[in-house]
Amino acid sequence: MSQAAQQARHIPSGEEIIRCTDVNKWYGEFHVLKNVNLSVQKGERIVVCGPSGSGKSTMIRCLNRLEEHQRGTIVVDGIELTNNLKNIELVRREVGMVFQHFNLFPHLTVLENCTLAPIWVRKKPKAEAEEMAMRYLKRVRIAEQAHKYPGQLSGGQQQRVAIARSLCMSPKVMLFDEPTSALDPEMVKEVLDVMIGLAEDGMTMLCVTHEMGFAKSVADRVIFMDRGEIVEQDTPDSFFTNPKSERTRLFLSQILNH
Amino acid sequence: MTDNVQHVGLPDERPPANTVGPIAWLRNNLFNSWYNAILTVLVLALLGSAIPPFLDWLLVKAHGFDSTSPACRQDTSGACWGFIGEKLRFILFGQFPWNEQWRPLATIAIFIALLLASCDRRFWKPWFGLVWAAGLVTVGCLMWGGVLGLTPVENTLWGGLPLTIILSVIGLAVAFPAAILLALGRRSNMPAVKVLCVTYIELIRGVPLISLLFMASVMLPLFLPNGVSIDKLLRAQIAFIMFAAAYMAEAIRGGLQAIPKGQYEAADGLGLSYWQKMIKIILPQALAIAIPPLVNTFISFFKDTSLVIIIGLYDLLGTAKAALSDPLWRGFYREAYLFIGVIYWIFCFSMSKYSQKLERDLNRSHRR
Repeated sequence: MSQAAQQARHIPSGEEIIRCTDVNKWYGEFHVLKNVNLSVQKGERIVVCGPSGSGKSTMIRCLNRLEEHQRGTIVVDGIELTNNLKNIELVRREVGMVFQHFNLFPHLTVLENCTLAPIWVRKKPKAEAEEMAMRYLKRVRIAEQAHKYPGQLSGGQQQRVAIARSLCMSPKVMLFDEPTSALDPEMVKEVLDVMIGLAEDGMTMLCVTHEMGFAKSVADRVIFMDRGEIVEQDTPDSFFTNPKSERTRLFLSQILNH
Repeated sequence: MTDNVQHVGLPDERPPANTVGPIAWLRNNLFNSWYNAILTVLVLALLGSAIPPFLDWLLVKAHGFDSTSPACRQDTSGACWGFIGEKLRFILFGQFPWNEQWRPLATIAIFIALLLASCDRRFWKPWFGLVWAAGLVTVGCLMWGGVLGLTPVENTLWGGLPLTIILSVIGLAVAFPAAILLALGRRSNMPAVKVLCVTYIELIRGVPLISLLFMASVMLPLFLPNGVSIDKLLRAQIAFIMFAAAYMAEAIRGGLQAIPKGQYEAADGLGLSYWQKMIKIILPQALAIAIPPLVNTFISFFKDTSLVIIIGLYDLLGTAKAALSDPLWRGFYREAYLFIGVIYWIFCFSMSKYSQKLERDLNRSHRR
């Protein structure tokens, strides 16, 4: 990974933006999240990893209430997530989310995908929203495709548009839910490069991913989840070289030695 | 790779001659096996024996539009278009006063103009709703009269094509938004709303349209307080709207269910409210998917307006039947039904063609 990324690793601000306290969630009888405690500071870059079914996607989806937790508290940007719809909408404005399957709106052009929420949620004038959208599309290096429809783009391009679409809301936190898992191998890098760029600019990020190279180069902290629990969290250096728990060691040996 | 050899691609070749061209088409589609060959020959023979006599009756031996009833009765080997010539205005406009029949004609023209304009997606803007409102007010003034020096005409005298168009266009236009709300309600998280919508849809769908029309015309007045009466036409119109809304709601629900969960999540994730999400993201996609079943409903309701005859309203089918009851012209039912059949067919076929075009256009804009 780039030298710049290494150097750009900075100390997070110390100001807390997300706090999860004893969060529990069940799907029917199945206990997916068990006493999850997590504190995220502004500017922190966190990678969440773990075997499939360990609850890592569910955890970050709880942070913008795409999933509902049943016990414990989640406070994002000073607002507690409850059934209060207004609060949920307020939180979602500030929290961008990038999905595994991009979820672009196929009936809208790339530019319309990016301007929709700023115009309707942030009530920005159309011209201003378009100008900002073009700026972010340039940043993810896809501005020349602005007037195409998502269906005409490759997976990697679509995912970069999805990132730009989230950025257009000027979010305080970005959540990535396995952003490269649905991509052909040759397209993973173009998406990771955009994410590294974001990390270097100091965006607060939570990223569920299996890209350990990304974790090593940009993360401030790596969280390992297994069976609904946060088993271990540490800096990437000590996480990868000196894992504390047996489960982490097993997981790392499986994903690194193949 | 040991040697770095430049690979030269193979040249493109033409397909074998026996797989393209008209001969190959005939062989593949009409004569691809011995039983299909027999079927083809049989069907051709059948068409050959049916079409010439029909054309003979329809055109060659037919009596013109100015022919008289006795002349037609003398030589019955051809169609008698004199019937249509004589009864055209009655079939089209019903009992609307003879000298005022330019008014229903103008009504038909206004509706057709509005419908054609609505086909153009450039007009799919909020202001076009105002154009429709203005058009409907004009139509109302024309049909009822009583303003601008137009003689008032009771709506019991309305009939023919304007009645068919009014019932179906207004019926479908009101039922469509109601159907969207019902479909959304059926998929709502709020139990009360959901139960209400499901009950309504299942109740109305489970009853024949005829019985609903009967209820509207016979039973409804029993429940109204003395002295209050709702116009017969309005009652039929309401029955239609209720029925069409339930059917269309199910078509739209099919579209809603085809939208991937990710679309809802992406819209939620951006902070869109429920209505923003539905109006901007979900419904445009769901309605595009629901076009074929929706048009199916549109077409069947356009034709079902002819059922109002049983509650004493004379739509296009009703006036044609009434025209046949004239003793002078009794018996020319083939001409009458063929004529109104063609009118219905033109409307329905246009709807079908337009929906195919719309589907193509919407697909083109977001092909995968």
